[in-house]
Amino acid sequence: MSAGRFQGGGLRAYTLFYLLFLYAPILLLPLFAFNSGTIIAFPLKGFTTDWFVQMWGNATLRRALTNSLTIAMSASVLATCFGIFAARASTRFEFPGKTGIMGFIMLPMVLPEIIVAMSLLVVLLGVGAELSILTVIIGHTLICMPYGIAILSTAFASLDRSLEEAAYDLGETKWSAFRLITLPLVMPGIISSLLISFTISLDEFIIAFFLAGNEPTLPTYIFSQLRFPKQIPMIMALGTVLVALSIILLAIGEYFRRRGIARIGGKDSGGFL
Amino acid sequence: MSDDSSPMIECRELQKYYGDYHALRGIDLSIREGEFFSLLGPSGCGKTTLLRVIAGFEDISAGAVLIDGRHMEDVPANRRPTNMVFQSYAIFPHLSVAENVAFGLRRDPRPKPEKAAMVEEALEMVGLRGYGGRAAHALSGGQRQRVALARALILKPKVLLLDEPLSALDRKMREQMQVELIKLQRQVGITFVLVTHDQEEALVMSDRIAVMFEGEIAQLDEPEALYARPASRRVADFIGVMNFLPARILDEADGRATADIPGLGVVDLPEGQISRADADDSGPMIGFRPETMTLLRPGQTSQQARETGAVIDEVVYYGDMTYYDLRLDGSARLDGKARTVRISMRNVFGRDVPCVGTAVRLAWSPGSLVLFR
Repeated sequence: MSAGRFQGGGLRAYTLFYLLFLYAPILLLPLFAFNSGTIIAFPLKGFTTDWFVQMWGNATLRRALTNSLTIAMSASVLATCFGIFAARASTRFEFPGKTGIMGFIMLPMVLPEIIVAMSLLVVLLGVGAELSILTVIIGHTLICMPYGIAILSTAFASLDRSLEEAAYDLGETKWSAFRLITLPLVMPGIISSLLISFTISLDEFIIAFFLAGNEPTLPTYIFSQLRFPKQIPMIMALGTVLVALSIILLAIGEYFRRRGIARIGGKDSGGFL
Repeated sequence: MSDDSSPMIECRELQKYYGDYHALRGIDLSIREGEFFSLLGPSGCGKTTLLRVIAGFEDISAGAVLIDGRHMEDVPANRRPTNMVFQSYAIFPHLSVAENVAFGLRRDPRPKPEKAAMVEEALEMVGLRGYGGRAAHALSGGQRQRVALARALILKPKVLLLDEPLSALDRKMREQMQVELIKLQRQVGITFVLVTHDQEEALVMSDRIAVMFEGEIAQLDEPEALYARPASRRVADFIGVMNFLPARILDEADGRATADIPGLGVVDLPEGQISRADADDSGPMIGFRPETMTLLRPGQTSQQARETGAVIDEVVYYGDMTYYDLRLDGSARLDGKARTVRISMRNVFGRDVPCVGTAVRLAWSPGSLVLFR
């Protein structure tokens, strides 16, 4: 980073400005979350934790939080499980129509979410399903899966095929060979997939808005509260909690990823952090 | 190993198709107990497929595999009395050396201390005593190779299958491991089946070698026989260096043949020196190995039957030995094309190597020639 050609140039200023633009708005969240003034503007008035207390006392918000966590956990586990199946199949086996099938599975990644949400809504109403957090889980699993598969395919593809064969050759069954050898080696990929899916689901708005019925999720709740200026400091507090949570989650994920790589003596080829 | 001992591995009329691709075309093979057997051939000849069929990783389209007299049709790889050393070694990177070696003992009911002793014993056998606690990923190529061997041998299989086990090692290490593998095989007495594309490696290590081309066994023989009497030009070409000269058959009766070879003259060859495997080839050819002819110094005489004049075309010096490319006098007689042949000679310390353009005499004997019909 201290390479001579970067020194003193406009590039350094550009980088600083870029980072500022990226992160300064997020830094404003905790600033206003602890500000005792009700209006989101400088100068700051004083320090308070009232907004956090108010947030915790809000039953609807608590419900939205519970819903969001339930949805995110379910969707990330489901998407990762399906992802493991698909990634293993696509990296280990040749079958007719493989490219087409994988293409269709990955499609939701680039499809406009509003299209996915609308068509899912039509189908779900068509079959007479009741809109609930369950329908949101289905939608989120669908959009999280391509990300999970992309991550897991890399993990599976970097694995030597002979490893599982060697375990099988040494007397294990196909399943125990997978459990004892493949699973621990792709675990960093599985954790990454879980985390990515979790964060995608947690802040997903459109599908949650369309498919949740009367149930609030965090993003739809925050959106609904933005109309009331009185509520904004509390939303700031909520945002602060979410940012802190994201950082903690990513740090945990990165810790496991690095530990996994160190354990098998691999070379770190960059992760999310 | 005597010929009448019952075969450890028997392949009968093996056929293997991958879709339209015919990978194994009727393999008949019988490998004796305690033998060091090699499958040798260029890449894509089916040797690895055959090994994987024996291991149980690939099923066969037709035919039968028997190991120790038992049909293997319904026996999956994890229940066969075979263990494999993979080309990549397939060392489990998240386990320690000892955990790798002990992996096959997971389903063994023996108490832990006994297993630990077995692991230590296996490690000692491959020269890795005291390495048990190391992380597998921290090992060098040669050490991984040894761990893979220990891991496979700890289960005392009837057959050890080795898939190009030395190809990833550098030359020095490879030569060292070749000798160690022979010693190890003698020590444990297990049947070894080695797949390799390196003819030298096969000659060094094997009791017998099956040379494979395009899914078929071209020749199955002991190394010396394979080298001295290759069954076809293709085998001769694949194993070591072989000179080829066109020949004209003058007379053929009772299996014997009289051939006229430009540069060498007329020779009479008994049946044992005639190979009829290349019937569809361009024409009869005479083949001989570089070391079967001797370059005579001026005034030197030889016990060999025949002498031929030649001119040195090229000298390739290797330190301990030298290759001479020679233009045989009269070699253009048949079709007007002058041919060079390659002769190898051990260098004698302090004696000058003859230089390019020198006219020399060559001593040889008809017994070293092979006629390919």
